Amino acid sequence: MPLADARARIPGLHVFPADEGGDAKLLVRIAQWCERFTPLAALDPPHGLMLDVTGAAHLFGGEAALIALAVKLLAGMGFETQAAIAGTAAAARAFARFVPGTIVPPGREAQALAPLPVEALGLEPETTATLRRAGLKTAGQVARRTRAELTARFGAVMQAELDHAFGLIERPIAPLSPAPDFLAEQRFAEPITSLDVALDTVKALAASLSSLLSRHGQGARALEAVFFRADGEVRRIAVETGGPVRDPEVVLRLFREKMDALADPLDPGFGFDVIRLCAHRTERFEESGASFESGVHAETEIAFLVDRMAARFGADNVVTFAACDTHIPEAAAAALSAQAKKPAAAATIPDWVRRREPGEAPRRPLRMFARPQPIDVVAEIPEGPPLRFRWRGVLHATRHAEGPERIAMEWWRHETRRPTRDYFRLEDEEGRRFWIYRDGLYGRETQSPRWYLHGLFA
Amino acid sequence: MKSPALNAARFEEAARYGRVPLGCADADAVLGGGMLRGALHEIFAGDAGHAVPASGFAAALALRFGGGKALLWIRQDYAALEHGALSPTGLLELGQDPARLIELRVSSPVDALRAGCDALACKGLGAVVIEIVGNPRVLDLVATRRLTLAAAQSGVTPLLLREGADPEPSSAETRWIVRTAPWPRGAEDWGAPRVQANLVRHRHGNTGQWVMEWSCDEGIFRAAPAGAVVPALSGGRAETPARIRRVA
Repeated sequence: MPLADARARIPGLHVFPADEGGDAKLLVRIAQWCERFTPLAALDPPHGLMLDVTGAAHLFGGEAALIALAVKLLAGMGFETQAAIAGTAAAARAFARFVPGTIVPPGREAQALAPLPVEALGLEPETTATLRRAGLKTAGQVARRTRAELTARFGAVMQAELDHAFGLIERPIAPLSPAPDFLAEQRFAEPITSLDVALDTVKALAASLSSLLSRHGQGARALEAVFFRADGEVRRIAVETGGPVRDPEVVLRLFREKMDALADPLDPGFGFDVIRLCAHRTERFEESGASFESGVHAETEIAFLVDRMAARFGADNVVTFAACDTHIPEAAAAALSAQAKKPAAAATIPDWVRRREPGEAPRRPLRMFARPQPIDVVAEIPEGPPLRFRWRGVLHATRHAEGPERIAMEWWRHETRRPTRDYFRLEDEEGRRFWIYRDGLYGRETQSPRWYLHGLFA
Repeated sequence: MKSPALNAARFEEAARYGRVPLGCADADAVLGGGMLRGALHEIFAGDAGHAVPASGFAAALALRFGGGKALLWIRQDYAALEHGALSPTGLLELGQDPARLIELRVSSPVDALRAGCDALACKGLGAVVIEIVGNPRVLDLVATRRLTLAAAQSGVTPLLLREGADPEPSSAETRWIVRTAPWPRGAEDWGAPRVQANLVRHRHGNTGQWVMEWSCDEGIFRAAPAGAVVPALSGGRAETPARIRRVA
């Protein structure tokens, strides 16, 4: 009805503009809060949530108790909730909206849905209107029609929706957070406010998760600790590793490193209700028994060090290098995160190629600038080395020069031809050694080539 | 007054992981056979212009200590902006296998020191190079003592590479100030890494100064051939000797 009519009927009506964006965000936060019941919580916009509580209801004393608890807790936060439990998402949705509080026995969705009005099937409004016009007012009446009739009139999509509602086909929900492979959780009757107790809990959870993982012969490459606060906030802390782990000591150490480095420290607030430890990205992992090979032991020690440093400083800041098959100096080495999985086929990685011959001086500088530094150069044209150059305001006179080492840019990669570089190795009067290039061949590629300092030799 | 017996015992204790000879006979003689493994060594750049030769000296030492094991290089971001990032191809030229290199990029000296201490516990590493710019407050006697103790526990050698810094009291076993050493005019085969390494502090021995050249093929230092020009320490623009503010 229009706002004016509503105001006329109810004097003193409070009116607020609709904030759909804010409502959507709030729905997400409520969904995250609901993850304390099950990690599989999905949105059913605009005002609904879908939780997959398969196998979780017994933790709360049964399905009826679960509904009662959820409604009560949400009411405490100021939300009026209608809930229902059924074997399929569509049936649960129908009952939650039309007959809240129902718990449909497994397999009985079709019978239970029969008396509900046809709107409960959650079809498009036009379809629902058409069904009503056709005289089908309840879901049961729709179910009695043959498939051929309904498909002919309404199409296969509607038939699929009906099948889903009546429990004939399964349709998984799309949870907000990725479903963990394994998890261990601890619920507290009284919310705990001490961070030390929280950490001890994580330690205990790591131990039980570890035994769960070892029973399946798996190790995790990503672990997430989720802390549910009594006031509704949900905090997640994740660590990643280079190889599968399950040792509780290792797991705890990584979490400690991560938590020490958090910009926003973990704050219990009024206390944590639930702490859950999830294992994602699990892989086959067999503990190698006490190995006497020092080589293997050193590798695992280094891997653990890399994981700790990555947890504390960020996985992108711990790098190893791989050779690339290119002549372009700045692209010859690729930096990869040290935790990245090494490709199985070693043949695809090129070997490192030394540029100098035995007995020669190094041809590549120890330190290279990510962005070559422009310099002013006095050099003999067309191909002479720099006689003098100015870098960062300081004039350097060349005492020794070697070159040019000509490196052509990969013409097949770029549309416009990039200039050829002539690299020179120079030593100045104080013994500093520079790697300088002329960008472009004088005369052939450009009339005024620019010079750059690319690196410094030891 | 420390007794000679106590000193000798301490000396033996310090040398329990062995010594690594540099290859330059005079330097090794002063060092008592070589540089101590599992002890903290500090390398200062003589001036801003000598930061890269100092890096090269540190890289070469790390190779000597490494023995084929992995090398961890902890680098403060600022150092990369000033002097360029460590280049794996450059390290390959010097003789280090880039596949054994792990680089950690940190933004502050606190992080660098903390990571260094933690890394020293990992026996799988051969050496840890910690590159720090300037004289941060956090790098004090306590911090270097922590590094020394961690190194003594595991036998992994830390090399503290200081750029743009003045030497301060620390618990380092040796302290070096490194400058460039130019090749003589007209030298034909110039270019190998050559530095003037000034051992200004040595816990268990004398100090000295040598011009050393790194042989990339053999992975060892050699004394520079006779007749090498050594830049005089002038009071001019470029060469200001490192000012020692406090007595170590």
